[in-house]
Amino acid sequence: MALDSKVPAGAIADKWTKHKGEIPLVSPANKRLLDIIVVGTGLAGSSAAASLAEMGYNVKAFCFQDSPRRAHSIAAQGGINAAKNYQNDGDSVYRLFYDTIKGGDYRSREGNVHRLAEVSRNIIDQCVAQGVPFARDYGGLLDNRSFGGVQVSRTFYAKGQTGQQLLLGAYSALNRQIAKGRVKMYARHEMQELVVVDGKARGIIAKNLVTGEFERHSAHAVLLCTGGYGNVFFLSTNAMGSNVTAAWKAHRKGAHMANPCFTQIHPTCIPVSGENQSKLTLMSESLRNDGRIWVPAKKEDAEAIRMGKLHPNDIAEADRDYYLERRYPAFGNLVPRDVASRAAKERCDAGYGVNKTGEAVYLDFAAAIMRFGEEEAHVKGVKNASVNEIKALGEKVVEGKYGNLFQMYEKITASNPYKEPMMIYPAVHYTMGGLWVDYNLMTTVPGCFALGEANFSDHGANRLGASALMQGLADGYFVAPYTVGEFLSTDIRSGKIPTDSPEFEAAEQAVRERTEKFINNNGTKSVDFFHKRLGKIMWNEVGMARSEKGLKQAIADIQALREEFYADVRVLGSANGMNPELDKAGRVADLIELGELMAKDALERNESCGGHFREEYQSLEGEALRDDENFAFVSAWEFTGVPAEAQLHKEELTFENVELKTRSYK
Amino acid sequence: MDLTLKIWRQNGPQEKGEMKTYPISGVEEDMSFLEMLDYLNDKLINDGIEPVVFDHDCREGICGMCSLFINGEAHGPGRKVTTCQLHMREFKSGDTIYIEPFRAKAFPIVKDLMVDRSAFDRIQRAGGFISVNTSGNTIDANAIPVPKENADKAFDAATCIGCGACVATCKNSSAMLFASAKISQFSLLPQGQPEAKERVLSMVNQMDLEGFGNCTNTGACEVECPKGISLENIARMNRDYLFASLSSNK
Repeated sequence: MALDSKVPAGAIADKWTKHKGEIPLVSPANKRLLDIIVVGTGLAGSSAAASLAEMGYNVKAFCFQDSPRRAHSIAAQGGINAAKNYQNDGDSVYRLFYDTIKGGDYRSREGNVHRLAEVSRNIIDQCVAQGVPFARDYGGLLDNRSFGGVQVSRTFYAKGQTGQQLLLGAYSALNRQIAKGRVKMYARHEMQELVVVDGKARGIIAKNLVTGEFERHSAHAVLLCTGGYGNVFFLSTNAMGSNVTAAWKAHRKGAHMANPCFTQIHPTCIPVSGENQSKLTLMSESLRNDGRIWVPAKKEDAEAIRMGKLHPNDIAEADRDYYLERRYPAFGNLVPRDVASRAAKERCDAGYGVNKTGEAVYLDFAAAIMRFGEEEAHVKGVKNASVNEIKALGEKVVEGKYGNLFQMYEKITASNPYKEPMMIYPAVHYTMGGLWVDYNLMTTVPGCFALGEANFSDHGANRLGASALMQGLADGYFVAPYTVGEFLSTDIRSGKIPTDSPEFEAAEQAVRERTEKFINNNGTKSVDFFHKRLGKIMWNEVGMARSEKGLKQAIADIQALREEFYADVRVLGSANGMNPELDKAGRVADLIELGELMAKDALERNESCGGHFREEYQSLEGEALRDDENFAFVSAWEFTGVPAEAQLHKEELTFENVELKTRSYK
Repeated sequence: MDLTLKIWRQNGPQEKGEMKTYPISGVEEDMSFLEMLDYLNDKLINDGIEPVVFDHDCREGICGMCSLFINGEAHGPGRKVTTCQLHMREFKSGDTIYIEPFRAKAFPIVKDLMVDRSAFDRIQRAGGFISVNTSGNTIDANAIPVPKENADKAFDAATCIGCGACVATCKNSSAMLFASAKISQFSLLPQGQPEAKERVLSMVNQMDLEGFGNCTNTGACEVECPKGISLENIARMNRDYLFASLSSNK
């Protein structure tokens, strides 16, 4: 099957307007006859469900958490990009488009990215109208900050809780529709299977996680807004419940999985501390606005620090290696995430890491505290302020900007980041890969759409900071509500989709069998035991650096792990009623299959681009070597029975508006 | 470290629950409280005992899903933390730790330590929104300046994570801090004004229907709130409520 991205013809700036104008409309009377299922209630899901219900469709929304407000979008910290140019620093829709294409290392689709940049401005207007309390300056206008990979200030924020505020905004819009009876909300429900009837997505089998019952829900279209799959690494910044199951079930029913190996390893997370750790905590990229990243310049200093014989504050300025500023003078500490992560790994691998494990670097605010303190002293007219007074003033400013992050850091590490540098290390954060979608956000299963992190479309091989929130809300508020019309306008005579068809019957049966298999397995090891092992394989071989040898080994290891998992996993309790271990078993089963496909995809892509770094393809200075001649395409994998035999389809990427260049931040 | 855990086990909403004792050793001080429970569960599974059910998700203090009454305090000892941010270094070897669910009439127990907080969602649905369509064609975001002080206060109120610690802590099981946080957020912003009266009346009414108690100004909620939501919000809500009841046409 040839992949048709369905990007409209014409000038890049006109594509979306023209397309929107040409999408067939569904009349209000007919919308009332059409049902839509939205799975997931993060930024993409909540905003889509609210918007579609507002337009007149009948919406059913599902989330596995106890409330739609808990989806993991809530944990996004730093901000949301929009090409508003309020700062008058030369920003524009084109520049946001260009930065996103470049930041994604030229592996995303021009048409989609330009649309994203266009609607970014409406997002801010919409959110302010909904009462989202963005940060403001003393004049009462919206404030901005900078994020990695760009040279303008276009990031809107609400302290370190931007995701929370945006999600609660979308949640309020959703609540308004639930109150009107336009959305029926199913919390503590998890999608177990996609139901395909006559080649179209016509519903889902959902599990009521409280009662254990399986429910059949039919619809004319199914929107998967189910987030990313970073938990395949076990340790990540994702929530414990984040999983790939909904997307993977769709994949098994015919939806292609695109660029699964494109994973974002975020440079600034709190380092791993022990074997029993369950998750990693992000320290927002916004910290790189003011924090400086360094390691000791001398190996012996690094060793002394690791042994606890030396304190970082005692290392002289001249003996510190601010390696990002050294290697990338133009962008310094604000290089994109993939570049910053690899640079940290390079230093630590070379023996300059600073915590007990040798896998940490410093993020230091001492210089910023002094700078802010001097500014404040000047503003307040404090003459001849002592160093301690300046520090105290500066700490206040830093607290105002990053207070909650500093507090979070101190709670976890028991170390005070105002007084000594933070220790950070890269961690799995986001997955650029996901279900393949066309310009209308429809997967290769007609009627099944994917929005937000669950799709692959906008971030190429590396996502820029503050762009995930932008994409989630763009897809949910402003793209999918229109584009589903193209599919649904042909469906107005279909009538209610029955749930007693053989397809629903078979789907439910398959789910029941899987569940019973786990309950009756009588193995010896817990689900987490296997999940942790999967995570180790993925982190070591499919993480920040990948090689042909390592990837082949990973594939073999994952296949063996999969067999062992099915033979030996132990799930206690029964299938009737609440059983979180059982739910976890189903999720880990799907993550194991996905992990293999990720390794296969990484092995196939013989180049280094964005977050995908193949050791064989690097320059003498260790920079990524992209191969546009042979790999300027999207890998879209078709499921054929097992991940090992997945069939590769290529969507060639054409660049008409941006010249392909070696990405340089030097 | 070695600990004795006393944990509430209850199979379902209608069943009788009881405290069970689980001795545990090998707990590390860098573990978070929930990682300690993971560690316990792993051991229980190995021993063929059904693991303890508890709510959790983001494990970074923002989703509001984790709960737990630990040694008689919502989210345990320490201020401005959720249970997932509580670390075992706050305890010492030999300690006995009592772990119970959040208890309130409006929060029925689902299983073990997991409770049903959907009453909170219903309070939000009663008016916790601004009625604007999601067309994106509103006015420019900078068209109405908002004084920084008000914007900051609105933000502080909006940081409520909806965990329910305020209710669990309150001797009256009142949800006033929770409801007032959302009401205040909108009350402080120009966009929230048109529906302000209706919002406060409707949300307070829903709060009463759900079976939450009233406020007697004890202030325990503010102390235990992991986000430090201020009692000032309750005062503002009461003011708004009084004003709305006297002047509303309804």
